[in-house]
Amino acid sequence: MNKPEIIEKLKVIVKPYIKNQEAFDTLTESTDFITDLQINSANLVDVILDIEEEFSIIIDNQSMERMLDVKSAMEIIEMKLSEI
Amino acid sequence: MQKRVVITGLGVVAPNGVGLDAFANALKNGISGIKHDAELERLQFSCQIAGKPEVSTELSLQYFSELELRNFNATGILYGVIAGIDAWKDAGLAMEISDEPDWDSGTIFGTGTSGIDKFRESIYKIDNFQTRRLGSTAVAQTMNSGVSAYLGGKLGLGNQVTTNSSACTTGTESILMAFERIKSGQAKRILAGSTSDSGPYIWGGFDAMKVCTFKHNKSPELGSRPMSVSASGFVPGSGAGALVLEDLETALGRGARIYAEVLGGNVNSGGQRGQGTMTAPNPVAVQKCIKDAIENTGIHPNEIDAINGHLTATSKDSLEIRNWSEALNRSGVDFPYINSLKGMVGHCLSGAGSIESVASVLQLHQGFVFPNINCEDLHPEITAVIDTTCIPQQLIEKELTIIAKASFGFGDVNGCVVFKKYKN
Repeated sequence: MNKPEIIEKLKVIVKPYIKNQEAFDTLTESTDFITDLQINSANLVDVILDIEEEFSIIIDNQSMERMLDVKSAMEIIEMKLSEI
Repeated sequence: MQKRVVITGLGVVAPNGVGLDAFANALKNGISGIKHDAELERLQFSCQIAGKPEVSTELSLQYFSELELRNFNATGILYGVIAGIDAWKDAGLAMEISDEPDWDSGTIFGTGTSGIDKFRESIYKIDNFQTRRLGSTAVAQTMNSGVSAYLGGKLGLGNQVTTNSSACTTGTESILMAFERIKSGQAKRILAGSTSDSGPYIWGGFDAMKVCTFKHNKSPELGSRPMSVSASGFVPGSGAGALVLEDLETALGRGARIYAEVLGGNVNSGGQRGQGTMTAPNPVAVQKCIKDAIENTGIHPNEIDAINGHLTATSKDSLEIRNWSEALNRSGVDFPYINSLKGMVGHCLSGAGSIESVASVLQLHQGFVFPNINCEDLHPEITAVIDTTCIPQQLIEKELTIIAKASFGFGDVNGCVVFKKYKN
């Protein structure tokens, strides 16, 4: 799976949780989940569960802590996919 | 100075009607909301009928966002939020979002359990080593105060936001707690109400105690028979009722419609002494609760036009009638009208007091006494105390001034609230 594919899937996953449509429409690798997309911090665990389900991967606690923006999420997804 | 307290908004999610108009219509026409329940049959319950409000996804989406409904599995919160927001809007209060909490408004919204289906789902995940997959809302849905927390957020309430719990007295108690808070000037407005979850996990314990009827699985609408000699146990129900209680001056100041005045009342407990136990009421305490409610409100017992009883359709109905009769010192034809909503909706447990209070207030506001159903064969122990004309089986259209409503619950707890028609 290449980067554009991952980012497209990621967009579908975060869409229900975002509160800033403009930041979502212009989403890039540097977009932050909380400060830019204004996802409620409690909902981040739901985003991560949805990512796990979509990509059939398991994200450990350390990785979870780092997953605060699109870039780190993509890195972690790519890494976990490569471990399968 | 003590404030007068009035009711300016009503909301209801009942087995025989969701929304005020549907509920009022069902009340007047004696329409039952009791149905056969396939899930209870599958699980081999003795009682396979229940009163469960019908709430579509479409309706839910008018009160919750799609995101909120993801992994949402808490019927009590669903019913409570719908009834609560309906009452708020019915009171003509704004729903728009402002940054400042509404410091003068709060909610006291009771329940017995919260999100019992969500709790079950979570327990299965935890036992299956999947705690990390519970999601972010398992706590909000299963904490007892979930219903008041959801309402507080949706309405931006900045005064007290809490959940009371006193078994089947819960809903009557929440009104009295709200009354006290407004009367003492600590809040201008409280959304008072209560709710109860639906389903086998809330009703199972009662089924096991053999307090629910098993004789009407093929005739659900005839199953709930308060005051009848053939009453054979209560029918489990669920739902929510909500009332906006408001300081009279504030209500008048904003030109609100006033449904009725809350004169006050009383809550007490029989201490599980004398004839009182965990599950049976101490009659001394029941009578004292009613007498003290009357004394607190400054009315004379003869002024009571109608009673909305607890009357669950168990063997305790006759005892309840005797308790009312002795507490009010009224009997025979001199007894007020009395009715029980449970014939139509079953026993909505922690939601009962609120749903039944909404029914009582509608009677005052619209001038009617709703008919009792399924009591063509009144219990002789009841007719020995009060005249049959006091137990209407047909709708009576009549101006009423004062209605007393009581609820009794496990733990030997009692509540009695007195409503009065408001006249300008």
